[in-house]
Amino acid sequence: MMTSYALIPFLPLAAFLINILFGRKYLKENAHWVSILAVAGSWVVAMMALVEVYGGTKINYDLYTWILSGGFKVSVGFLIDQLTVVMLIVVTTCSMLIHIYSVGYMHGDPGYYRFFSYLSLFTFSMLMLVMANNFLQLYFGWEGVGLCSYFLIGYYFNKKSASDAGKKAFIVNRFGDFGFGIGIFIIFLTFGTVYYEPVFSQAGNFANASINFLGYDVHLMTLIALLLFCGSVGKSAQMPLHVWLPDAMEGPTPVSALIHAATMVTAGVFLVARCSPIFSLSETALMVVALTGAITSLFAATIGLVQNDLKRIIAYSTISQLGYMFLACGVGAYTAGIFHLYTHAFFKALLFLCAGSVMHAMGGELNIQKMGNLKKYMPVTYITMLIASFSIAGVPGLAGFFSKDEILWLAYSGASPVGKLVWLMGTIVAFLTAFYSFRLIFLTFHGKFRGTHEQEHHLHESPKSMTIPLMVLCIGAVAAGWVGIPHLVGGGAHFTEFMKPVLGHPEGHGTHAEEWMVMGISVLVGFAGIGLAYFMYMVRPELPARIAQQFSAVYRVLFNKYYVDELYNFIIIRPTTWIAKNVLVGFTDARIIEAIVNGVPNAIAAFSSGLRRIQTGLMQHYATIMATGILLIIAMMLLR
Amino acid sequence: MMVPLNWYLILSAAVFMIGMFGFLTRKNVIIMFMSVELMLNAVNISLVSFSHYLQDMRGHILVFFIITVAAAEAAIGLAIIIALFRNKQTAHVDEMNEMKG
Repeated sequence: MMTSYALIPFLPLAAFLINILFGRKYLKENAHWVSILAVAGSWVVAMMALVEVYGGTKINYDLYTWILSGGFKVSVGFLIDQLTVVMLIVVTTCSMLIHIYSVGYMHGDPGYYRFFSYLSLFTFSMLMLVMANNFLQLYFGWEGVGLCSYFLIGYYFNKKSASDAGKKAFIVNRFGDFGFGIGIFIIFLTFGTVYYEPVFSQAGNFANASINFLGYDVHLMTLIALLLFCGSVGKSAQMPLHVWLPDAMEGPTPVSALIHAATMVTAGVFLVARCSPIFSLSETALMVVALTGAITSLFAATIGLVQNDLKRIIAYSTISQLGYMFLACGVGAYTAGIFHLYTHAFFKALLFLCAGSVMHAMGGELNIQKMGNLKKYMPVTYITMLIASFSIAGVPGLAGFFSKDEILWLAYSGASPVGKLVWLMGTIVAFLTAFYSFRLIFLTFHGKFRGTHEQEHHLHESPKSMTIPLMVLCIGAVAAGWVGIPHLVGGGAHFTEFMKPVLGHPEGHGTHAEEWMVMGISVLVGFAGIGLAYFMYMVRPELPARIAQQFSAVYRVLFNKYYVDELYNFIIIRPTTWIAKNVLVGFTDARIIEAIVNGVPNAIAAFSSGLRRIQTGLMQHYATIMATGILLIIAMMLLR
Repeated sequence: MMVPLNWYLILSAAVFMIGMFGFLTRKNVIIMFMSVELMLNAVNISLVSFSHYLQDMRGHILVFFIITVAAAEAAIGLAIIIALFRNKQTAHVDEMNEMKG
């Protein structure tokens, strides 16, 4: 029974191998069958794991010894507890639906088999990441998903912007992973092992320990937590490493939905939640997490207000929602963070897939200013996207409402010193989120069609393989939150209870009246955002342009994403390329490496051209030399 | 009276030196080949004389082997020289410098 859980990651791995080896020649248009069957198998086994874990078992075993060197032992092993199981459900469900959706979306693409083999490899890596029972395997999965992200962002590799975006994602993630790697080293240095269980159970003994790091005495747990958080910041696109995620939208839309919304980017949140025993020992680290999350959330939401690219708006929305999850973790409400991760996966994947459906109908057009009135042509896409937007805006009863409300309430009432501040920021974000989500809905689906006639003629609803996953995800976007209805409104808060053994249970310290107030405010700002969007884009459509003109400076800053890319270009990319060109290529390469590489053969050539002179080819010369040599040897022996 | 061993050895050395100088100085392949035979026989002389001096038959046996091998070697060597001559139309060793580096 135990070993069958190994099937969860290894089925997609098998699908990857089959597709990459035989896809090009033999499977071609049937490549999706292998991948879909594999991920469906994983889903079934994951469901079995859910049943087992729900019954109270915690599965933790080693499958295979990976590295054994002195006291350092790492194995490929699986830890399946409540947290892992939630991630397994999210990953396998989303992955399966998106695989099915891709059948329609990628139909006729020349790299069809390649796309599905990468999707399978991604699913494998992500599952290895969440199922790891030690930090090194986590790191393996972490880099694996990063690699697949690179492959899939640059999937249309003959498009320069896509291959550049792939490189950008990979390189920006290096910054975060560097810190993450050092964090794992320090964990091994401190605990002598990289397994979760001993590390987390002994973390308490080091609560007051400090370590000399770069010449300073720093609090050990704070250092480890912050270094691990570095990795999270990169992978989950938080400030200041958020720049890669909007560019990652160059990839095919199913990839954006799976990797850059539902699963991979949430790995950072998963890491923080997984390492909650470490984070909880450091108030500073938690504060950094909360503030990073809150600031990123606000920052990305403001950018989202003015963008015109359909997918990029959703990408900024993703960054913003990831910030929300970190905000939750930072105030100690890991459960709420994971709850939001879980609901977010459904409605955000749905938003992206709807965007893909719109793109499919619009012939690749992404500018929402050139859309409009699509609800007439694409009713299924319209309704599902509308529901997803209601969910993200926090309309009561839908998935997003419960998780968002829990985060805001725990931020408001929790013990964190920055709790009230991040609650305020979170509430503002809730307003902005509702506004930009409905700006997108109104501009895309309502009003008059603003594209070309040719495009209008082409408009159609997407095929069944695309709309069915939309409908299934839509059920998730509505109902996923029902497992965590708070006690306040008569629910059982099952999700929180379920996660309690792993993540603890932060109690809010407030009265019922306060809890009603927090909930009321979040609902109110949600509706206010929707209302404002309705007013600005439906009632008075000339208003946005006037506002943009009135506050042109603000508008320009927001439209150009706070000039972060330009700033990085100036302070990092340009100096780096300068050094590369003038120092590394101009000096190190030309003067040192080439000098060695060319110098050695040149010296040998000079020496051997001297030696060539005695190779006359005349036998008698050789014989003379031999005779002389023998005579000399005899003379030496005689005279000694 | 017995001929002393030294005389044989001097003869052997003289024949060997003639062979060696012939090999190093003459340019005709056939002459050089004959010089090689001369050197072989010089060695045979010294072997036989030592064998007689030490009253040990092993030297004689070795000489028989050398004569046999030399006969075979002469056959092969002459065949090679003929093949060379057919290709080069000359037996002059200075013309044979294909191995020049």
